[in-house]
Amino acid sequence: MNRVGIVVFPGSNCEYDAAAAMKALGVTVELVWHSTTDLSDFDGVILPGGFAHGDYLRPGALARFSPVMAAVQRFADEGGPVLGICNGFQVLTEAGLLPGALQKNIGLTFLCQPTTLVVTSNNSVLTSGATIGQELVIPINHFSGSYTCDDETLERLLDNGQVVLRYKDNPNGSLADIAGLANERGNVVGLMPHPERAMSTLLGSADGRVLLESFVAANVAA
Amino acid sequence: MTSPPQSLHRALGLSDDEFEDIQIVLGREPNHLELALFGVMWSEHCSYKSSRLHLRRLPTTGPHVLVGPGENAGVIDAGDGIAVAIRIESHNHPSAIEPYQGAATGVGGILRDVFTMGARPLAVMDPLFFGELSDARQRWLVEGVVSGISGYGNSVGVPTIGGELTFDDCYSSNPLVNVLCVGALPKERLVLGIASGVGNLAVLLGSRTGRDGIGGVSVLASAGFSGEDGAASIDDAKRPSVQVGDPYEEKRLIEACLALLDDGLVVGIQDLGGAGLVCATSETAARGGVGMDVDVTAVPLREPGMAPFEIMTSESQERMLAIITPENLEAVSALCEKWEVRATVVGRVVEPLTRSDGTSRGMLRIRHGFDGEVLAEVPASALADEAPLYDRPRERPATLVDILADDPTVDEPVGSPNDDLLELLVDPAWVYRQYDSQLFLNTVVGPGRDAALLRLAGPGLPNSTRGIALSTDSNPRWCALDPRIGTALTVIEGVANLACVGAKAKAVVNCLNFGNPEHPEVMWQLSESIDGMAEACVALELPVIGGNVSLYNESGGSDIDPTPVIGLLGVVDELVAAPPGWNWGSGDAIVLVGARRAHAERPFPLGGSRWATKRGRRGGVIEGVDHVALISTLDFVVAEIASICAGDVSDVTAVHDVSGGGLAGALAEMVAATGVGAEIMELDAHAELFSEFPGRFVMATSDVDAFQARADAAGVMTTRLGTSGGVQLRVGSMIELSVTQIASRRRDALEEALGALN
Repeated sequence: MNRVGIVVFPGSNCEYDAAAAMKALGVTVELVWHSTTDLSDFDGVILPGGFAHGDYLRPGALARFSPVMAAVQRFADEGGPVLGICNGFQVLTEAGLLPGALQKNIGLTFLCQPTTLVVTSNNSVLTSGATIGQELVIPINHFSGSYTCDDETLERLLDNGQVVLRYKDNPNGSLADIAGLANERGNVVGLMPHPERAMSTLLGSADGRVLLESFVAANVAA
Repeated sequence: MTSPPQSLHRALGLSDDEFEDIQIVLGREPNHLELALFGVMWSEHCSYKSSRLHLRRLPTTGPHVLVGPGENAGVIDAGDGIAVAIRIESHNHPSAIEPYQGAATGVGGILRDVFTMGARPLAVMDPLFFGELSDARQRWLVEGVVSGISGYGNSVGVPTIGGELTFDDCYSSNPLVNVLCVGALPKERLVLGIASGVGNLAVLLGSRTGRDGIGGVSVLASAGFSGEDGAASIDDAKRPSVQVGDPYEEKRLIEACLALLDDGLVVGIQDLGGAGLVCATSETAARGGVGMDVDVTAVPLREPGMAPFEIMTSESQERMLAIITPENLEAVSALCEKWEVRATVVGRVVEPLTRSDGTSRGMLRIRHGFDGEVLAEVPASALADEAPLYDRPRERPATLVDILADDPTVDEPVGSPNDDLLELLVDPAWVYRQYDSQLFLNTVVGPGRDAALLRLAGPGLPNSTRGIALSTDSNPRWCALDPRIGTALTVIEGVANLACVGAKAKAVVNCLNFGNPEHPEVMWQLSESIDGMAEACVALELPVIGGNVSLYNESGGSDIDPTPVIGLLGVVDELVAAPPGWNWGSGDAIVLVGARRAHAERPFPLGGSRWATKRGRRGGVIEGVDHVALISTLDFVVAEIASICAGDVSDVTAVHDVSGGGLAGALAEMVAATGVGAEIMELDAHAELFSEFPGRFVMATSDVDAFQARADAAGVMTTRLGTSGGVQLRVGSMIELSVTQIASRRRDALEEALGALN
């Protein structure tokens, strides 16, 4: 992967952090304003964390209507690697690129803390380089991170190996401890924890590298 | 222009003498609108009229100071072409009435102060003071304030990296919510809030103007609470003077303003905070020595029918005033449109008025239409800079003699040190977990430790491997006993906190939270406190580069304890590895660095300690420090930890300064953090356990001989206290507690008190 587009909505705030992580892995990065309608120049697309459109109505509910989302959909349909981190994950579920929804944390407070994740599938562009059962210390930073979906969907997700990351100690009440999941094809992945915040031991953990390195290594037609 | 009735000025918070001054300034009777402009601009909050005289005694200069007090934020040169801007403010009274919005808009306001300087806000800290949590109203306030900071700060995209949490009955009717913000900018981009260039345009950016926050600085911030109906119904009538925040608007405003500055599209820029549009226009005009015409009909409004005085004094949030050349208007509008930020020309920079004596004076003219009727015409500098200066009467409180004599160091019985220690332990994690503390990938040491430590990096900054450290400190218990020594010790405690993360202190900001300045005892406290700060800053060669004074923190005639909050900014020259923190290993030697008073005639004082306060003893004497010994101790600790930050191998495994809870508190916090116990020798007495006398450090080392040799060489006193290891903290015959007891008590104390734990 040579060029990654990082989508910036008004209200996004992790775009520079995602860009720094990508640059640290030797990838060229471009910040893409949400009015963009063409992403075909990129080898991968990241929807970063933050509060797109102020999280008004609910996280991701307005962002799904931003012009760029049709382009993200096309990019994903063509097999391009798409990663939604935190708010980006919320946007992907609202836009229907990933199933289910993210509700308020069970304790009804915002949570910024380290969590331990367990890799439960490597059938995705984010986890292909990780080992199943591998534990990764990566921080969360959200108010609405409690994953939910109907029973049928959950069964399908588990059967297909689409649940790629689970919390070891579920901090937010997510169904089946789900921290991250992929679409069936494995090229679209969303997760609530922030791998870009775990790129260096100076900042507490470098465990995010294995995930983002997998993403960067993904082929465009995964 | 019709003259208002005589009593109107009082309703606007102006005294009869001030009303006369205004008549002299104008050479005529002011009209209603003009009087309203003076009412907000001459309020205590905007004009510092009671404190300015005293603040002049603070040292404010240094070779690295780029901008000192008086601007929107203080700025230092941090090296590598990077300037760091810092500012602290209070939002006490709004938070007392409406905790969520009060705290949220406090964050919003301080961010604007910092990006007004051209700096991207990189971090926020929040020192908070409430009454005891046994009172349901206090629990409501804590939850409201914390969720307000969390809701606004996280969403606007600036990490909250620390603060303070103090509970004391003196704050039960008047909580304190202070907020500090630090930002960074390429040194050459520094901008100041100046209007210049006749013919230039004043463009209002951001939110529409509404009726919220009218009189925020005068009605609300510059008067005490009456408390007539008891704390539960504190002055509900003032609720409309509290502003409402919109972090999404602010986020877009930050990005738009930084982009305008990046593209060189603005001549000057100023935030709209307290006193709204009148403050921004009069201050920028006064600084530039020019006049400004403002068209009130051009200001975009939230509701129809707003009177000119409402438009000019509204404190609606998320607004900025940019001064631009007419040629750049199109580019400014286009950029603002991208960020969905409203941009409206509301003013014009005009020639100052030349008076009969040949001097010129910039006039602020409020007009109905740019060329329409003049509704108000006032010298801009009269509003911005020429409020009366008061040397209010000062008097040492008569009660102080008895309070000082009631010294717990002398006669408070020992009791059970085990129980006392457990009582003192509180982990503020419930608070800081609600804050994004990591955005921008800079946070090396986050909330809940001695000081926060950030990489000096951010979007648009030159590359650097330096770090900046921040701490906020206060000790109202000390300051109630002796505001002068108490404030000096607070500065020292802040410097000691920075030392724990390897940072050398570079600058001080302060937020002086005091009671009613019309009480001579309060003015005495304020004046003494400023002198104490000045003494400590001179001794430690620290410039004070900014501050805020919050007065009238009283309710029902009762003043809060003097609460100067000291914010410290430090620099670590090379930050490639994290400092050791509190986590010692097993088998490390535990060493006290700094003076001990074993078997001395006089033990370290317990007056003003948390231990004594818990026992209802609020009296006693506190002592100043020996600055020479202190400075060598601080320098030693900074050097030891800075070398670890620079990546050097070291035998030092942990460091923590002795502060709240004393030596016992420091040891227990380290035990809780690391999960490893310690065996400590018999100490002199309980005073040595619980005294909070600053300038002492607990350090752990894997090579005690080498460590003590280095300390000896630096002329620093050390005492080997014991060894880490095991599952207990044992201190001689006084303390014996399991690691689990300490850790779980510390973890649960706050949530139990809040009733948040099931």
